[in-house]
Parts: sequence; C-alpha cells; structure tokens
Amino acid sequence: MAIAPITQVSGTAVPIPGADIDTDRIIPARFMKCVTFDGLGEYAFYDVRFDPESGEKTDHPLNDERFKGASILIAGINFGCGSSREHAPQSLAKYGFSAIIAESFAEIFYGNSTTLGLPCVSSSRENIDALKAACLADPSLEVSIDLNAMMVAAENLSFPVEMPASARQALLAGKYDPIKELLDNNDKIEATAASLSYVG
Amino acid sequence: MGKTLYQKVWDAHTVGTLSDGRTQLFIGTHLIHEVTSPQAFGMLRDLGLKVKYPSRTFATIDHIVPTVNQDEPADPLAAAMIDAIRKNCDDFGVTYFDLKSGKQGIVHVVGPEQGITQPGSTIACGDSHTATHGAFGAIAFGIGTTQVRDVLATQTMAMESLKVRKIEVNGELRPGVYAKDVTLHIIRMLGAKGGIGYAYEYAGTTFDNFSMEERMTVCNMAIEGGARCGYVNPDETTFEFLKGRPYSPTGEDWEKAVEEWKSFATDADAEFDDIIVIDAQDIEPTVTWGISPDHGISIGESIPDPTTAEPDQKAVIEEALAYMKLPAGTPIKGIPIDVAFIGSCTNGRLSDFREAAKFLKGNKVAEGVKAIAVPGSQITAIQCEKEGIDKIFEEAGFEWRAAGCSMCLAMNPDKLIGDQICASSSNRNFKGRQGSPIGRTVLMSPIMVAAAAVEGRIADARETFEVTEDTAVA
Repeated sequence: MAIAPITQVSGTAVPIPGADIDTDRIIPARFMKCVTFDGLGEYAFYDVRFDPESGEKTDHPLNDERFKGASILIAGINFGCGSSREHAPQSLAKYGFSAIIAESFAEIFYGNSTTLGLPCVSSSRENIDALKAACLADPSLEVSIDLNAMMVAAENLSFPVEMPASARQALLAGKYDPIKELLDNNDKIEATAASLSYVG
Repeated sequence: MGKTLYQKVWDAHTVGTLSDGRTQLFIGTHLIHEVTSPQAFGMLRDLGLKVKYPSRTFATIDHIVPTVNQDEPADPLAAAMIDAIRKNCDDFGVTYFDLKSGKQGIVHVVGPEQGITQPGSTIACGDSHTATHGAFGAIAFGIGTTQVRDVLATQTMAMESLKVRKIEVNGELRPGVYAKDVTLHIIRMLGAKGGIGYAYEYAGTTFDNFSMEERMTVCNMAIEGGARCGYVNPDETTFEFLKGRPYSPTGEDWEKAVEEWKSFATDADAEFDDIIVIDAQDIEPTVTWGISPDHGISIGESIPDPTTAEPDQKAVIEEALAYMKLPAGTPIKGIPIDVAFIGSCTNGRLSDFREAAKFLKGNKVAEGVKAIAVPGSQITAIQCEKEGIDKIFEEAGFEWRAAGCSMCLAMNPDKLIGDQICASSSNRNFKGRQGSPIGRTVLMSPIMVAAAAVEGRIADARETFEVTEDTAVA
C-alpha cells in the first residue's frame, strides 16, 4: 500500500467559467449507475460539454482543441459543492486532470480529491483571474504547482496558493490514502469502541 | 469553560492523531446505500479486508428504486446495483433493509425511524444529506466512497476538526411558515459556502419547539449552506421520538442512555467560533429562483435583476436566469409550473404529508400539472395509507408513489422532461439535478408545493389555502 509522494504537478491548464460548480454538474447522477469507477472520465462535465437537445459539442473550454491534454483545471469559488459523490473527483482524475486550482473548494469534494491524490489548491480571485487570462492567451502555457513552496508558477506569473496543512502533509508524505495508518491503530480502535456504550 | 455537543462527541470518538495531523475518528454508526457503496466493497475485496463491526453498519436502497413498481429496476445497471448491495451485505454480514423487509426507504428517513440514529453518536454515510441525523444531537456527515471503505474496514476515518457556529432562531414562526423556510432563509443569509469549515449548532426557542421532523428538515440542508454537519441538542422531544423504536435501548438501558444523551448537550458556558441570531418572525415562505440553494427569495419578492445587482453578483445572476429562463425583476409568484414533487430526505416524512394533506383536502391539482407524492420510507407510506392521506392526495390529483429518492435526483425513472419547471420539496436546484439537463427546479416547503400544484403556478400557500392563525399548526 506504499504510495508515491506528490510534491509537484505541472502541465497545461484549462480555465472553466462559473461559481458554485456542484458535483451534479461535474458528473450528472445518471452516470453514477455503476458498480465501479471505471469509465467515468468520459462523462465529466457531460451536460455542459454536450448540448442537451442537439447532442452537439458546446463551446465549453473542455471542448476547445487548444486545451486538449490539459492536466490542471482552473475554477472559481466553492468548486465541488453539493453531493458527496466521489464519482466527481474520480471522473476528473480519469478525464486526465492531476490537480485543481480554484478560488475555494467545498469540503467533501476537497477531502475526496485529496484521498485520490488529486491536489486542490486555492488562491485569491485576482491571482486566479490572472492565471485564467494567461492560459486563455496561451493555452500551451506550462503551469506548475509546487506543494513544497505552495506556489503556482506560469512563465512570468507566480503567486502563493493555500491548502490545509494536513492535506499538504499527506500528499508530500505519500500518505493521502490513510487506510494503512487507520488499520495500524487497531488496538486503539477497539479501545474506543469499548468505551462507547452504544457500540459495545 | 464548557464544551459544545460537537466537541464532546468528537472527543469521545477520537481514536488518535494521524501523522498528517488529522484525527482518526471512530464512526459509531455507518449507513450505506446502493450508489456509493459498491466500489467501497470492491476496494475491501481487493485489499483482502473485512467489515470491522458489521453490527454497526446498516444498509438500504433508495436512490435508484423505482417508485411505481419498486421491485422492477428500470434498467440492467440499476438491477446490477441492487444485486451488488444484496450480495455485499450478505457476504460481509451487514444488516440490510431490503424492499421486502417493509422497512426500506431513504437512508436518512430509515435511520431515525428505526431508532438507529441516536444522540451523542457519530454517523457517516456516503451521502451529503447525512447531516439530517444531527437533529438527534449526533455528529453526522457525508463521506466519499474511499472513506466508506475506510469506515467499513476500520470503523474509523481521517477527519479534520470543524469550527462551530451557533445559529439561534427565536420566537414563533408566522402561520404558513415552516422548517423548510427556516433552512432556506439561513442558506440565503449565509450563502452556499458560508458554512465551509463549520458544524452548525441550531438552537433557540424556535428549535426547542420544533418536532424531530422539523429539526431533521433544517439539519438536512446544512450541507446546502456549506456546513459538513448540523445538529440540535437532544432534549425531551428527542427522547420521546426515540422511545420504543426497534434499535432504541429498552428497560434499564433506556434510562441510562437518556442520562448519557443529556450529558452530550452543549454546556451553558460553551464558547462558539461564531453566533448568528435570527428572529423567527422575519422568516417568510421562501422559494428559490436560480441554480444554487442560496438563490432564495421570499414569495413576495421579485426575481433578482442583474442590471441592478452588486457587480460581483451580476454574472452569477445572469447565468442562473439564462438557465432558469425566468424574467429578471418580475415577481416569483405567478411563474407557471409543470411538475409538483413532494418527497425526499428533506420533506418526505409523515408530518410533511399530513400537513400538505390538510390543505389539499377538497382542492384539485391544476390541469396540465404532473404532481407526485413520494413517501420517504415504506413505514411512512403505510402510516399515511392508514390515515387516508394517500386518498386525499389522489383525490386532489397527485400520484401516490412508493418509497424512494424519486425526483430529488436523476437516478430512477422519476425525471423532469426537457425544460419542465418543478415546484419541489427537495434540497437542490442545481442545473440538471432532477434528471433533464435543462430541467428547472424551484425549492420550497411541501405546503408551497401543494399550493403551486393547485394553482399551476408558484403561489403563496397562505393565500391559496387561506392560512390564518387558526388553521396553521406550529
């Protein structure tokens, strides 16, 4: 169960518009009829990538050829709000994203992403807007997120980003999937269970 | 200094501190359903692990269950999900409330109904509306599927501690104003992300006087305000509700449990990270106009106009109105509807149907409106049917359905078609939430849904049903 630390993510980035993008938008519920997470990548943002009536591709940035292969998603405030479905970060990871930069994240989405090793970093609207503009001006722009320095850099642009200390520590130490450590504490788990009258 | 209920429950369930600084938290009660558990069981099998405490895990099916013929899955994928949870519960020894048990229903209705939801406990479920159980003074929250695996395998999970915001609502609600309006009002006030990083403690005389069902409606939507969980301190109302339920303690154990439950309540001298105070009299029947639960207005107000909005709100309002196809600056009252839905884990309990039936009696659903009423559980359905509530709904022109999540989300045959607009007692008005990628949702209380169904347009239930001080209930 050893996993590699994640210290840095770099690649091209695609900015998507909108605030409060909920997990129903990221992966519509009808695509959750499944018993594995396989194949969810193709349904990421499905209802905004394809016109619901005609089925044609929309002008959504994810359909823009210039952003093909982008591995970093740039978004606005409260990204990933709503349903707790892990299918949302799973679909983004399987679509090809390795990190997300946004103004802020909803809590459950954030935790789910970290557990998958999908770093989510936040920064001010000014910084995010500047990065979005730079990526729109040059979609081939290489963006890098350094989790040691907690900085995002893209050519001349550079700004600090934030992430809760525990998530950063977990990613840097390669312990973002906590299962091994949880299992290792079996004795303490059983002691806690014994102390709770309703569990006992 | 005293402690909040949140702190007491957290401390009692702390196993230790993990190397990244997070707490390893014991989850006393784990609820699972068919959508977010199959992958978790798959991971357990891959790792060769067992369920640590099978007796603390409870399962049912709700999201994909059809509400017409419950035991006829809509498609092979839905059938595969039902087969998976049956097999998983069987293989791992987990209690499962199947369709034939007579106890199946929405997981957040079933837990309280069975007395599984208890004060002072921690409850997790792969579903964000797990916050509902906080109504009993539990710390209850939604988790992702990998965390479902963690809880199955260890009965614990890694969790960051939360701050606590007390939201105090005092006084009596005006006639025609309900718990749903309270929760929509709070979300409107504090925003969809206002609660990030917080647990909400709902308090004040309004909550003291609320029934358990009303408390559940408010806690249910804590997540819509960004808060991972919400709770109400346990009191006599809580104990009265739990007494005699299948999983409630009995005899001497009951007395001991009640004493222990009382000890979890927030101390009088506890400190909060934030306090908000609301006057119940300021709360009006509230409906949403946009695509986020914080897009709420009172029924007497007009749809926001982006041209006169704050600069940072302009784009948000424009995007919402473009999707909702609603005219800026005009009253929300009077907007025609196509569908009326009463149900969901927010408002699919007995008291919701009783109250709506009281006003629907003798009224008819407007022509052209499809109206469905979906009990939150089989037990709720049977009780409603005993009381003749199903007949009142049917005589009014509603379809009376079987238990499930139904039209709250798009995982069963109950879906909006095209850009239909739905007056809904559910919890989310996100784009495409009710099954059509261009379908439109207007959130409101069950009574407001009943009024919209009768008038064929968004209405003020107080006018439709002539609600006065005498006809309203607390």
